[in-house]
Amino acid sequence: MIAGLERIVGREQVLTKEEELRLYEYDGSVETGRPDCVVFPGNKSEVVEIARWSNRNGVPMVGRGAGTGLSGGALAREGGVQVVFSRMNRILAVDYENQRAVVEPGVVNLELSRAVARAGLQYAPDPSSQKSCTIGGNVSENAGGPHTLRYGVTTNHILGLEVVMPDGEMYRIGGAAVDAPGYDLVGLFVGSEGTLGLVVEITAKLTRLPESVKTLLAVFETTDDATETVVALTARGITPAACEMMDGWTIRVVESWIRAGLPTDAGALLLIEVDGPREAAEEQAAAVVETCRAHKAREVRTAKDEREREALWKARKNAFGAVGRVAPDCYVQDGVIPRTRLPETLRRIGEIGKRHGFEVGNIFHAGDGNLHPMLCFDRREPGTFERAMAAASEIIALCVELGGSITGEHGVGMEKDRLMPLLFSETDLELMKRVRSAFNPSGLLNPGKLFPVSKSCGEIRAPAMGRGPSEPIEGARNERVGSDAETRGGTQR
Amino acid sequence: MATEVQQTMAVKAGETELADYRDFARCVHCGLCLNHCPTYRLWGREADSPRGRIRQMFLVDSGEMAMDATFVTHIDRCLDCRACETACPSGVEYGKLVELARGRIEREYRRTGMARLGREIFYRRLLPYPKRMAALGGLMRLAQRSGMQKLAQSTGLLKLMGLETRAELLPEIDRKFFSTETTRTFPARGVRRARVAFFAGCVARMTFSALNDATIRVLQANGCEVVVPEGQWCCGALAVHAGYRDVARELARRNLDVFFAGGDGFDAIVTNAAGCGSTMKEYGLLFGPESEDHERAKGFEDKLRDVTEFLDELGLTAPMQRVPLRATYQDSCHLLHGQKVREAPRRLIQAVKGVELVEMELSDQCCGSAGVYNVTQTETAMALLRKKMECVNATAAQVILTANPGCLLQLRAGAKLAGDGQEVLHVVELLDRAIEQERA
Repeated sequence: MIAGLERIVGREQVLTKEEELRLYEYDGSVETGRPDCVVFPGNKSEVVEIARWSNRNGVPMVGRGAGTGLSGGALAREGGVQVVFSRMNRILAVDYENQRAVVEPGVVNLELSRAVARAGLQYAPDPSSQKSCTIGGNVSENAGGPHTLRYGVTTNHILGLEVVMPDGEMYRIGGAAVDAPGYDLVGLFVGSEGTLGLVVEITAKLTRLPESVKTLLAVFETTDDATETVVALTARGITPAACEMMDGWTIRVVESWIRAGLPTDAGALLLIEVDGPREAAEEQAAAVVETCRAHKAREVRTAKDEREREALWKARKNAFGAVGRVAPDCYVQDGVIPRTRLPETLRRIGEIGKRHGFEVGNIFHAGDGNLHPMLCFDRREPGTFERAMAAASEIIALCVELGGSITGEHGVGMEKDRLMPLLFSETDLELMKRVRSAFNPSGLLNPGKLFPVSKSCGEIRAPAMGRGPSEPIEGARNERVGSDAETRGGTQR
Repeated sequence: MATEVQQTMAVKAGETELADYRDFARCVHCGLCLNHCPTYRLWGREADSPRGRIRQMFLVDSGEMAMDATFVTHIDRCLDCRACETACPSGVEYGKLVELARGRIEREYRRTGMARLGREIFYRRLLPYPKRMAALGGLMRLAQRSGMQKLAQSTGLLKLMGLETRAELLPEIDRKFFSTETTRTFPARGVRRARVAFFAGCVARMTFSALNDATIRVLQANGCEVVVPEGQWCCGALAVHAGYRDVARELARRNLDVFFAGGDGFDAIVTNAAGCGSTMKEYGLLFGPESEDHERAKGFEDKLRDVTEFLDELGLTAPMQRVPLRATYQDSCHLLHGQKVREAPRRLIQAVKGVELVEMELSDQCCGSAGVYNVTQTETAMALLRKKMECVNATAAQVILTANPGCLLQLRAGAKLAGDGQEVLHVVELLDRAIEQERA
């Protein structure tokens, strides 16, 4: 059977040995799923042939970019063939005048921005994993990032797609122009977590680099002051390009490693970025400063130059890695709440932590209410793991209770599938399943994702790099911290 | 001449140096390293990425995977450039892990005939012995000067042997080697601001003696008394990278003896080779806390400075003339990723008036030199070099500056094979030129 695949792509481009397959059973999440073979197509027609082969042989198929996802979206949960797009990594065309680019799915997010930077353009979605993650993966997961607040998530930047269906038919959806007529199939595909089709070509929108960027650091004595400031900014109609919050505990951890000049005695800080034409940016920055001051900011600093700006963002984007050094185990969750309820939520999260004996660290996209509470502990201490998981469950339940969601950007994948009923009724889920069936009737494409697997006993397993005990987790994301690669599940359509 | 390194290089019975579980556990397989890895960028395969290699090393160490040819191939293909360490948010010490894995491969894996023989001869029978290396150098010099190499090249003999590109990569042997037979002291020019010991290298003293001389002149001109202690030899970096950790330890111990002899303190031990510096700053890994040499090794680490780092800390005081040229800087991996020194060489370059420094794209990516990688994995090294030269050519620089002899060799080959005939200099050679002109 494998010979059929080898005929399509060549022997060199098919992996079947166990030791090779074990390198594709993980991604950036804590999930695992080992494929039965891995194939590296070099072009669209090979993908078409692979899909036909999979369909003919009744073999499950799942796409993979760089494998930086945080919910197991690209893992072969039910085995089968994993289609890895790392060879399809060319930027096919850039239309500078009309600000769009045509790329293969394996193009790395940051490389597209780099390639067009000289023309004063960028590809706006900037997940923290942008230096590794691929645009194909971003499309499947509808990736976001800190600058989502102003620029929107991936779906706001995709004009057209070429997709290969599970039966091997290839279609073009959307187009080169904004708002193609007919059903918004691009909107449907972006964020479908690889369950509807394999994306083989992407027409993406390019955005002008702002004339001026101002990065501000506002320092507060308490988290309440910081969260109140975020609420006030929203109320005043100020939309910064990014608005990130870090609490005092996290500041101290991050600063001890990254040394970006953060105030270690502060209760919380906000990293706020405004951009646009010079005057507009300055005006906005002034309004932000005023709002921060009005909410008891003890200091508001503006980054003097690009170097200082980079240092601040480095502190932000590498924060989870730094936190990972504090304790052998650290669980980061990904929940969403309406941003107006930030002060109350953080207080209650703190209480939940305390009740279970943890200090909860918080660093997150405050501007859009996307929380990442972190619980650090050492699982070798008896009972700690269970307590951490119990606290995590309560926090996720709290997010839903407050009118939020079980995931902000990491996706559902095979990690939170069984949490979907917290948000959707059975009939709601049934409609989604009908959509999936319309495109993926056999269910061979990326099986076991998004929807609760009926036979599941409600356990998420957490093997650390394929070793150590697998523990069951109740109701929460279990992430051995490392990246905060953002893959947004469509919170900002 | 001090005695040859004693012949105690045999593998110690029962030596089992393995990575700690916690070192692996730091990797959370987030994948942020992938696109910083030169081999992943070339082939897009997890097995040839830092994350995938860590996974393979772990599986082998935990007994879940066999130490077979496939594993060895992927570990051999690693440049040990450590760009992944710079990219890693969790602080995984990849260099340490891969070096330990290579140590285990050398202890337990039987390579095939010629590869095994060649490695054994070079690492065990030649590298540790200054006299043998000098004799080898002499032979190579003879071959180069007598035109044998040219003859071999022109008749296509080298091509036939698949050595054509390698010949370009081999260093030209100096007429006169840089001497460390007796301790030499070079006085500071003007007021003495520091007293430093100079580390001269092994292969470098036969092929880069001019660079060594220039380094000493620049140090002197900036108020340093420079001592070249006798009896010093290879730092052990090549051996560490190849997995010959016992050989490396013996070499390192010898340097500990030489540089700490007499107990007279130096302000710093200075090297102009980033690759050597990186290993010497990690002597503590060769002599763990249980070793009687641990304290000395840590003391050595503390004193060791790359020459660019040292001059930058000290501050340039020598008068320098304008050197009008357009230059680009290639980060030496073991300076940037190994020692985390990025700005110092750039500041020194910009201290020379008239130099226009144009940054190339991806200057933090390996040029393919990587110690002896360009000889052992020539095809890959050349593919990386071609990519490097595209970035270099795009800057329209006349001069490529870097901070390590290996990189100099590789980039010189690059300038010849795929460049615009750029001149390739070590950063201190640029400083030397500026200073020399002032004096002239």
